Amino acid sequence: MSKYLKPALVGLFALAVATPALAGKFDLGREATEAEVSAWDIDVRPDGKGLPEGKGTVAQGEEIYAEKCASCHGDFGEGIDRWPVLAGGQDSLKSERPVKTIGSYWPYLSTVFDYVNRAMPFGEAQSLQPDEVYAITAYLLNLNDVVDDDFELSNNNFVETRLPNEANFIADQRPDTPLVAKGAEPCMKDCKPGPVEITGRARVLDVTPDEDNKQTGSLD
Amino acid sequence: MSDGTGKPKTTTSRRRFLGAGLALGGAAIAGKAHAGEGDAAILEKKDWNQYLGDGVDARPYGHPSEFEKSVVRRNVAWLTADPVSSVNFTPLHDLDGIITPNGLCFERHHAGIAEVDPAQHRLMINGLVDKQLVFTMADIMRFPRENRVYFLECAANSGMEWRGAQLNGCQFTHGMIHNVMYTGVPLKLLLEEAGVKTNAKWIMPEGADASAMTRSVPLQKAMEDCLVAFKMNGEALRPEQGYPLRLVVPGWEGNMWVKWLRRLEVGDEPWHHREETSKYTDLLENGKARRFTWEMDAKSVITNPSPQAPLLHKKGQTVITGIAWSGRGTIDRVDVSLDGGRNWMQARLDGPSLDKSMHRFYVDFDWDGSPLLLQSRAMDSTGYVQPTKNQLRAERGTNSIYHNNGIQTWHVKANGEVENVEVS
Repeated sequence: MSKYLKPALVGLFALAVATPALAGKFDLGREATEAEVSAWDIDVRPDGKGLPEGKGTVAQGEEIYAEKCASCHGDFGEGIDRWPVLAGGQDSLKSERPVKTIGSYWPYLSTVFDYVNRAMPFGEAQSLQPDEVYAITAYLLNLNDVVDDDFELSNNNFVETRLPNEANFIADQRPDTPLVAKGAEPCMKDCKPGPVEITGRARVLDVTPDEDNKQTGSLD
Repeated sequence: MSDGTGKPKTTTSRRRFLGAGLALGGAAIAGKAHAGEGDAAILEKKDWNQYLGDGVDARPYGHPSEFEKSVVRRNVAWLTADPVSSVNFTPLHDLDGIITPNGLCFERHHAGIAEVDPAQHRLMINGLVDKQLVFTMADIMRFPRENRVYFLECAANSGMEWRGAQLNGCQFTHGMIHNVMYTGVPLKLLLEEAGVKTNAKWIMPEGADASAMTRSVPLQKAMEDCLVAFKMNGEALRPEQGYPLRLVVPGWEGNMWVKWLRRLEVGDEPWHHREETSKYTDLLENGKARRFTWEMDAKSVITNPSPQAPLLHKKGQTVITGIAWSGRGTIDRVDVSLDGGRNWMQARLDGPSLDKSMHRFYVDFDWDGSPLLLQSRAMDSTGYVQPTKNQLRAERGTNSIYHNNGIQTWHVKANGEVENVEVS
């Protein structure tokens, strides 16, 4: 919307209801209560903003994980069927079949805490207590060889606990293929040296993926 | 016949009985006296020529003809672990024009379809604002609203094709897109109602579903053209598209268009949540990964013919049609090649050319019946030219998953069948 339109609309609105309105305000909605904001404001950032108080050990996490997570993600984070693989994959990112896990790919630990806390266990979201989320996060760090077996994660040591792949995220570099000038024409004739050959054909639909495809074929 | 009688079942079965008798009689007549003299579609009376149809009370919410029942969204079961956190695809090969019907818009959700009661739905704005606010749906409806047509494309559209041709059908290779007219409130108005603090740089929309979807959106984009939408193509959002409220982020990847929108947090740093770190980042060949790859590059695909829509009429006058779109503006031109990208001709764009919306193109030509290697190449209003798949692979490798906007090749065989191929 044009930045000039809004004051005009406010003016109309003010006329229609014949009450003075603050500039830029429609006087709609109401102030949120503290309890309402804290009920929904659960998000956590890499700098620790949003972390609740709490703590949990690798050993505690292993117990909760076995009960609530392992049926999909596997006892060691290896992933059952096509559910996400959570551990391993180190040094695989440049390979033909990268395995993107918390240890091999994710840049920030806060992402693990935030996601487990907001969306897991699958089908029973937001049912875990803060100490349970700390414990599960500690266990996932341990599965990825980031911390030792006797580690305890808490809101006090959270920010200093870093993931190995943090430095490998870069800014968007697109467009990364050539543009043409406005109004210019791209190649229209003899753009390839000779007759074009077919070099590959689609696999048939509903083909069952082989084991190699399992870890990287997921599109989400 | 069936209206006003109060006995629709009786009349329907009577009509069926009569119809069956007529069909038998018609066949007998055609066999005896009229063989070879004309088209049975003309010579034989049909039920609908003679008998009354349903009245206006039979279909209070209309649906497509029974002869169109194959026009549906489809999924590919093995792509994801579970249909509750999965995707299905728009049947692009069955559609024309630029607007996607609401019931055919592809679905992608991470915890199933939330069935939200609008009376129980609230939108909260919190964080770096002068006044943290809560809106009911009735409050939202009192803000000035706008109508805009935008495409929504999943960043993973064509993501299965990075390593080579894989799926036979443009529904599956390109069907994670839809194009809809939204009615909604400019996000800017909602944020200004709360009063954005001067140190704010980002917003975080959050969904009310069981995945509580979140993304980080730069405040600049939020103030520029985002909408908080409640209607699609004139009617309420469908539940699978975020009823009663979704974020519209024009030209940017679909995952950011948070459905079942219940909260907007304003902050000074991005959140780096799961869908912008573990997912929706683009892994390159050198092991580095691009993040915050929001814009959808210019792209096009021929929807007819395509593997699910073969050229059954053989040689002669033929319509090639397809769609093109760009997250950076409008489509200036689309070129089509019949020989795998060696020679090109300019296609005819028809229909509205709107910013960050689907465009429709056509090539009308006389097919000589010989095999074709069909391609389309879009150019947008910034001078961006849709690249070949091999150009993209040369820049990024084959592990990116997302943002595959490479030129698609369909091999039309002499018998009219079409397959998805890669070419030299």
